[in-house]
Amino acid sequence: MYITFNPIDVGALLNEARPSDGGVCVFLGVVRNENEGKPAVSIQYEVYGPMAETQMARIARRIAEEWPQARLQMQHRAGSLGVGEVSVAVVATAPHRAEAFAACRAAIDRIKASVPIWKKEFHPDGSSDWVDPTRKNL
Amino acid sequence: MRVNLLYFASFRDAAGRAEEARELPDGTRVVQLWERVAREIPRLAAFPAMPPAAVNHEYVGGETVLRDGDEVAFLPPVAGG
Repeated sequence: MYITFNPIDVGALLNEARPSDGGVCVFLGVVRNENEGKPAVSIQYEVYGPMAETQMARIARRIAEEWPQARLQMQHRAGSLGVGEVSVAVVATAPHRAEAFAACRAAIDRIKASVPIWKKEFHPDGSSDWVDPTRKNL
Repeated sequence: MRVNLLYFASFRDAAGRAEEARELPDGTRVVQLWERVAREIPRLAAFPAMPPAAVNHEYVGGETVLRDGDEVAFLPPVAGG
């Protein structure tokens, strides 16, 4: 399962590296204390669970085709997270660093672009907003 | 035919519900369902075009024909990570 309501165990993901892997690239997304200048105290992650699993499995398959020597571990949190908590983890391992970096970068970019996950930011005054990444492009 | 329509995040807030069963004429396309929904929920009509749509957990285009028992969702801008 790629989606979890429990804290992400990054160590467990790292343990999946094979003896032939000389490169391990880790990306962690962490809850920030502000967004676009507004302070934040927590984020609620809402996930369309079955579709998120389907889309992350597709991302994993595509990356396995594009970087056949890389192996990927991915987890994304659901539920309420405080500042500093890990919301998403991607670990890409490969015999050499170039593939590990490339697979890791592609995975997090595709997760952000296509996995049905939404976040609601809570501010210190108790108000909250759905984050809309498309809005800043308007 | 009947489909199950799901709402998430800001769309759930706008609709005031998380899901509903919808009776539709046979042959209804995804974009036609969106047009109905947008007429009923004015805050969704503010969207410039049909948002990304999913049928049975896969992204689909607006011309996709719906079938009895489909699970359909229109997705607000995703914001994972």
